[in-house]
Order: sequence, then structure tokens, then C-alpha cells
Amino acid sequence: MYASAVQDLIDELGRLPGVGPKSAQRIAFHLLKLPTEDALRLARAISEMKARISFCRRCFNVAEGEACQICLDDRRDASVVCVVEEPRDIVAVEKTQEYRGRYHVLQGAISPIEGIGPEQLRVRELLARVQAEGITEIILCTNPNIEGEATAMYLARLLAPAGLKVTRIASGLPVGGDLEYADELTLGRALQGRRDVES
Amino acid sequence: MSLYREQGIVLRTLRLGEADRIITFVTQGHGKVRAVAKGVRKTKSRFGARLEPLTHVSLLLYEGRELDIVTQAETLDHFRSIREDLHRVGRATSMLEAVDQVSQEREPSPRLYQMLLGALRALAARDSELVLAGFFWKLLSLEGAHPVLEQCASCGTEESLEAFDHAEGGVLCRSCRRGVPISPAALEILRRILGGDLAGVLDEPASPATREVEHLATRSVEHHLERRLRSVGVLDGA
Repeated sequence: MYASAVQDLIDELGRLPGVGPKSAQRIAFHLLKLPTEDALRLARAISEMKARISFCRRCFNVAEGEACQICLDDRRDASVVCVVEEPRDIVAVEKTQEYRGRYHVLQGAISPIEGIGPEQLRVRELLARVQAEGITEIILCTNPNIEGEATAMYLARLLAPAGLKVTRIASGLPVGGDLEYADELTLGRALQGRRDVES
Repeated sequence: MSLYREQGIVLRTLRLGEADRIITFVTQGHGKVRAVAKGVRKTKSRFGARLEPLTHVSLLLYEGRELDIVTQAETLDHFRSIREDLHRVGRATSMLEAVDQVSQEREPSPRLYQMLLGALRALAARDSELVLAGFFWKLLSLEGAHPVLEQCASCGTEESLEAFDHAEGGVLCRSCRRGVPISPAALEILRRILGGDLAGVLDEPASPATREVEHLATRSVEHHLERRLRSVGVLDGA
């Protein structure tokens, strides 16, 4: 229907998450109308990213070069490691501004139903870091769903002989939430993990 | 297009878009149902943990053309003792996977639903290798693949039964033997499971025979489904 160059672009855009054929068409025609320089900036940003970004050799976060910005920052506490599923999760934890340690990205979670076991994750690399880097605490920060919980249980068992402190992030009610709508599992955990009020 | 009430068990979930999930349930009256849960991945979702796999829920669903929409969900049982034990999570997941494979969308199978619920309750009460095995054998029986256990499936003799073959669908005697060997102790457990003494069998301590029955059950289900169960063995090394 369209010139083949336009059709190719529509097809490629249509592969992006959340972009249907209609949106792909709209974006393609928007790009067509754009001054050449503006459109090429997008093309350059994509190719630059693909060329320069890889995974950090230590923690498997996205990185420019061999190590990620967090691993390169020597003000961070090297004795605490927060284990997350995806690089996106690092961003979420960083936004809290509560954590000053390093990270380890598993690049997924144990999922029996998908047939994903510990071998497919960066678990061996985590164990190697524990010995090599003098880590004293590991925070298991996987998602509080069935896959993330299974991963946390597995890692806790695996790390127990290493004799370091292994903690799991708390789960409970979201700030601004409503007790009435809380599900039993979450509210139960919130009660289990209650703590003294400092006065 | 209307609202309907159901009770179901969450079999699996699939990410959809930014914050939604497609939830697959096995239900009491509608067989397998796939429904969209909107916003369930947000921390402030009103569904919370209610639509996680393994949860027994009471639902209000809006009937759609292909996918229904979950409008309300209330937990009936979240099987906490299973969730907090890695081995039991593995076994329960295998049950969910098998049920997801055998059940048909909108084909009511109340018996299958009851069996899964019963098996999960049994697994929540105790971790026995035979909960999964017992469930798998009962599932095969329900699917019309009840194995021949009293006599040789090939020649009919009742003497020296010592092998089990999935293709023959039962035990075989010494002269007809094919498939895998089966010990007398394992055969006895198998007969009791399918003969109505499942409750008694669950009290048996773990032994090589119970492991044999579990292994045989998995292979038989896989033979019946004509595909491997992905969840079996993933957590065994843990």
C-alpha cells in the first residue's frame, strides 16, 4: 500500500511493545514529516545505544564499557549487595535513595512453569562474588510474586553455608493504600513483619 | 455478555501490556477460563496477591468474546505452607502445569477442579512425594488412561508382573516385558493409589518405592500429554 521504505518502518515500529499497527502508522508518518536532522537523531540514539551498551561484568547491570556506573562509584558500600531480577529494578531501588550498596542482576527469576531454573540465571556469578569481594550482607530484592519468592528461597538456602547475613525485603501495605482492600497474604505478612514504634 | 460468579484456582499468569496480566483459571463450572486482570502488576492494585498462581479464589467475571475480565476477586485459600517451601512450590507448579494442559477452555470439568483442590490441600498439610504422584495417576484415570495393574497388559497373566510400559498402558509380565522395570513395592503403592486408598498411601514414609512411583507418574503424564512437563525437576537440585 505504501512505498516499501515506509512499509518497512511501519513493520519495524509495529514490533515494539504496546505499539499496534495503527500507532505504528501514525509514528511512521510523523517521522516522515520531521526535518531530516530530527529523525536521524532518533536513528543515531538507537545505534549508539546498541553499540555502546553492554552488561556490567561484575553485576550485570546495563553499562557503558566493562563496568556500570554503580560499580565504578567507590563511595558505595561494597560489603552489601542487593540482588534484583532486572536492571529496571535497580532504578526502582535507586529512586528510594535509601540504599548505598552495590547490586547483582540475576537477569530473570526461577520459574518452574516456564522451565527456567537457577542455571539460566546469574547465580554462579553471585556465589563467586560472595567469596571474592568480602560481602557481609545480601539483600534478596526479587519481586514478591511466586517466581521471585521461589528465587529468594532458593538463594537463601544456597547462601546459608557462606555464613553471611542474608535478608529479604519486607512486604506489606503500600503507603497511601487502604487496609480494607488489602489481600490476606499481604496483610498477613504486614502483621508478621510488624515492628516496634520508636517513641 | 454478562457478569458471572465462579470459584477457581489460578494456574498461570502472563504479562500483558504495561500493568495487566492474563490469568488462567481452572474453575468449578466453566472449565478453563482465561481472563484479563487490569492493573494487577501495580503495587496499589486492589487485587494484590489474590491472582498469583496457586491461589484458590472466588471471582466475579465479565464475560468477553475471547478473554473475560476479572472484576472482583476474593481469596478462599492461598496455601501459604506450600508457598513457603521450595519443594512444595515445585510439586504444586507441576500439578498446575498438568491441569493447564489437560483442561479445555469453557469445557466444565468439576471433577478435575475438585481433584486439584484436594491435592493442593493435601500438599499444604504435608509434603509427601506421593501427593504429586497420586494426583498424576488420578488425573490419568480421569482422562481415560487408567493403567492396567492387576494383570499383564499384553498376555493377561497375573504372575510375575515386573515391568511398566506407557504405550501398553500398564504392567507387563516377565515374558512380555518392555518399558521400565517396576518393583513389587511400587506396584503395591500404585494399586493402593488407584484402588481408593490414597489417604493411607500418603502416610507412607519416603522410600525408593515412593520415588519410583513419582517418577513413573511423571513419565506417564508426559506420555499422555505427548510433551515434557517443564516444571518437573527444575527445583530438584535446590
